[in-house]
Amino acid sequence: FCGLLLTTAKYNLKLKTSTWELRRVNFRKSRSQNISAHKRFTELLEKHEKEQIDARVPIGRIITLPELKSNPFKERICQVFSTSEQKDGSLTFEDFLDLLSAFSDSATLEIKSHYAFRIFDFDDDGTLDCADLEKLVNCLTGETNDAKLSSTEMKQLISNILEESDIDKDGTVNLSEFQHVISRSPDFVSSFKIVL
Amino acid sequence: MSTAGEQDADLSLQEEHESKTHRTKRRDGDRQKKKRRNERRKGGTRAGEGEEDLQAVSEKRERSKRKRAKSKQETSRRENNEEEEAQLTGVREVDENVDKGKKKQGSTKKGEKKEDGGKQLVKEKARDIKKKNSEPETSEEDDDEEEDNDKDVVRPECLSPEELEKLKEAVDERKKLIQSLRGKPWPMKKKLVTLRESQEFVEKYEGALGKGKGRKLYAYKVLMTKKWMKFQRDFENFKTACIPWEMKIKEIESHFGSSVASYFIFLRWMYGINMILFGLTFGLVMVPEALMGRPYGSMPRKTVPRAEEASAMDFAVLWDFGGYAQYSVLFYGYYNNQRTVGWLKFRMPLSYFLVGVGTVAYSYMVVIRTMARNANESGVGDDNSFNFSWKMFTSWDYLIGNAETADNKFASITTSFKEAILEEQESHKDDNIHLTRFLRVLANFLVLCCLAGSGYLIYFVVRRSQKFALDGLENHTWWERNEVNMVMSLLGMFCPMLFDVISTLENYHPRVALQWQLGRIFALFLGNLYTFIIALMDEINLKRKEEKVVKFNITMWEASLYNGTVLENSTAPPVTIHPADVPRGPCWETMVGQEFVRLIISDTMTTYITLLIGDFLRAVLVRFLNYCWCWDLEAGFPSYSEFDVSGNVLGLIFNQGMIWMGSFYAPCLPALNVIRLHVSMYLQCWAVMCCNVPQERVFKASGSNNFYMAMLLVILFLSTLPAIYTIVSIPPSFDCGPFSGKNRMFDVIHETLESDFPPWFSKVFSYASNPGLVLPFILLMVLAIYYLQSTSKSYREANVELKKKLQMQNEENKRKNKRAALKAQMDLEEARKTAQEQQRNNNASVQDQEGESFDFKY
Repeated sequence: FCGLLLTTAKYNLKLKTSTWELRRVNFRKSRSQNISAHKRFTELLEKHEKEQIDARVPIGRIITLPELKSNPFKERICQVFSTSEQKDGSLTFEDFLDLLSAFSDSATLEIKSHYAFRIFDFDDDGTLDCADLEKLVNCLTGETNDAKLSSTEMKQLISNILEESDIDKDGTVNLSEFQHVISRSPDFVSSFKIVL
Repeated sequence: MSTAGEQDADLSLQEEHESKTHRTKRRDGDRQKKKRRNERRKGGTRAGEGEEDLQAVSEKRERSKRKRAKSKQETSRRENNEEEEAQLTGVREVDENVDKGKKKQGSTKKGEKKEDGGKQLVKEKARDIKKKNSEPETSEEDDDEEEDNDKDVVRPECLSPEELEKLKEAVDERKKLIQSLRGKPWPMKKKLVTLRESQEFVEKYEGALGKGKGRKLYAYKVLMTKKWMKFQRDFENFKTACIPWEMKIKEIESHFGSSVASYFIFLRWMYGINMILFGLTFGLVMVPEALMGRPYGSMPRKTVPRAEEASAMDFAVLWDFGGYAQYSVLFYGYYNNQRTVGWLKFRMPLSYFLVGVGTVAYSYMVVIRTMARNANESGVGDDNSFNFSWKMFTSWDYLIGNAETADNKFASITTSFKEAILEEQESHKDDNIHLTRFLRVLANFLVLCCLAGSGYLIYFVVRRSQKFALDGLENHTWWERNEVNMVMSLLGMFCPMLFDVISTLENYHPRVALQWQLGRIFALFLGNLYTFIIALMDEINLKRKEEKVVKFNITMWEASLYNGTVLENSTAPPVTIHPADVPRGPCWETMVGQEFVRLIISDTMTTYITLLIGDFLRAVLVRFLNYCWCWDLEAGFPSYSEFDVSGNVLGLIFNQGMIWMGSFYAPCLPALNVIRLHVSMYLQCWAVMCCNVPQERVFKASGSNNFYMAMLLVILFLSTLPAIYTIVSIPPSFDCGPFSGKNRMFDVIHETLESDFPPWFSKVFSYASNPGLVLPFILLMVLAIYYLQSTSKSYREANVELKKKLQMQNEENKRKNKRAALKAQMDLEEARKTAQEQQRNNNASVQDQEGESFDFKY
């Protein structure tokens, strides 16, 4: 058991020294970007957590980031990128880097559309059904009551969307249909971006 | 203890898994395995300790087996697969602590499994069956395998060609995996692990490929490519670090959305171009003349004339670019026509001419290249078959990080939804079409009146200023001297506002309205610029007439001078006259240059002042008067100003046009422009952040990029026209500038060809410039253009055709699916019906039975 502990410690040490190098090299985020990301991330951590390599930042603190603060999908974004087992949307530094690289300039359309789909899929069932679409519309139109669409408008809108993009007519939009729609959009790639 | 046991279980499980799916790649891993043997032995002892938990282990194995079977069934379903893999990685994480090397192969294979899942699936199946038979004695088999491994270890030298081929393939596969890794939506940890393994694998075996001498070379090559890649990456990083104002633009982006930021990106791009233009003119024209040319005061063109000497250093004169500024490297007139300057034998006139041509050529190249790139990027996106879906899925701008902008975005998205729904509901609603038509015609008429009026006003003012100039500028007030520039700037400021008011008459959709507005402002600016140029042409002609008179006078003056000296003493050396006293002609080139510089300066000043008054002062007033005012200033009438993207972009474009037009006669213009752009970058960033509010309708920028570029190209073309006209058709002044004494400015090329190149070259050149050769060449070019154009047209047609076909097929598919769905539904219903009937029957029977039972009971 002691041996195990020792090896764990060794591994952590190794990780600390090597991951920086690797991340910098592999994911085309420049070193300065990475360091700034790390700085921003450690700002969110509490003092005693700063030494831990796999400290998690709870969702409540992540969404106070100014880049995410006014995003209607902030909770969803955290949940999609979280690898936490409790499904509480908390992020480790690696998850955070994942998030940034998916929203970065260099990410491909495929990656972006994949994550966009998962963000829009509110109930995590692998398809966008009517409930998901309704939630999505509500997110996009904001919280204020006067801006909300009436139920008939909502119905019309959702049926129109399904008419357009639901190719196999099963009443839901699945990933490939979604990617098909997104790939033709002129400005998805330029707007699906978050820069620290 | 128990944890160790579990780990070991996982370990062996993995081993098993590996051996199953990885037999094809066995040989590749062999060396690695051998290396790890010692480690394994240790693990083996621990495995012995963990024997007690064998029960758990086998259970686990069983579970994993089931899982694998499941995965086989649903390999088409990627989601599940991924989930499982994620679980596997979770298991592996613990694994890492015990044996790092082991994990390596496991998840590389995982990546590969993804790559050619189908191929390996079959093998896996076969092996699975085999495994089932030998399930109970896995540990033994493990040992067997190790024995196998030992036997299998071969040096690369003794590999057969096929095996080598295989090895090569495996290496290539892994390389491909490394490259495509970034394009995979996996979590970071998995990517890292996979990458590290693949890299290690490639490193290990790449060098081993090839034989003897070739191997060394190969290894060296690999090493060099790796170094080169690293260098490239570092260079890329360096380049991104060098992009200026990234943070500023990002901040604006997050506050105002991408459309406002697109203006600043455009500004930065423009700044880059101007930097290069500045480098060319500064490095190849201004510096050589200043360092190696004759110094100030050595000749008449480089000296302030006696009459102006007293006021040459006054600030007012310098501000107008007269006095010492006029007689300096900043303007055309200062340059000398000596063929070479300095000990470098620098061809000054040639360099001047080539730089003038080069700047224009470079600008064309850059603009067209950017346009082509933009066109490539937004190639598809003109069909509106996904109108609603795009509104839904892509309308949020994730860059927005400001609450106010977010609110505006919410509102605009809502309205766009509502509009789209309304349009869908009643596609054509025409409320009094005659009235709107009438109003639109009226609006256009008003706009035309405005344009004509502004054109006339400029012409009138320029004419008047010529009269003033003939009278002598000193007798007039400041306003009269700067009338032209001020009127032009004021027109550029107020006419767009007028157009804005007029366009409310028209009741267009905002996007269409924006385009109309842009078109009108464009026409206004263009009209103003061309009136200005025409007036300038008049002035050039006047100056040239004046020049003729002066030239005649000078010959008379020289003759009288000569006669005077001759009369007194025939052998005395010729009198030296101070260059300031020599009479000289009006240098029209310098005049043109000065006009442009003044225009730029006044334009810059008006821009900055409107920025300060219109935005900053307004914001301050609204903010602080709001406490003591009868209505809400912030929400009501004056409110805060919005950032006017289109107007600013147009201003920038026209400014650039003036630079292109004037930089031949005033080499200082690019430098001035660089300063202006630099200042306006900071000033506008500040103004936007401190006193503007986000637009109510947040437009997206992507569509308009090429629109701006197209306008820039048009302006570039229109601004090079007059410059080229003056260069080609008007003879240069006789006593100033690098081309003085020549008949035309482009004669400098001819001169260089004759004196600097061997005679055969000029002969060839003269043959080549012979109309008999040039005309066919032009004809050929025209034909080529025609051919390319027709092919592109046919391609476009084919494209449209294909698109149609696709749509048809899509619709057909939809219909088919619908039919299938309907049929399925009907079937389902039928089945349900039958089922219901059956149930009813059953129920009936049950009821009967129940009844019976009841009967029975009671």
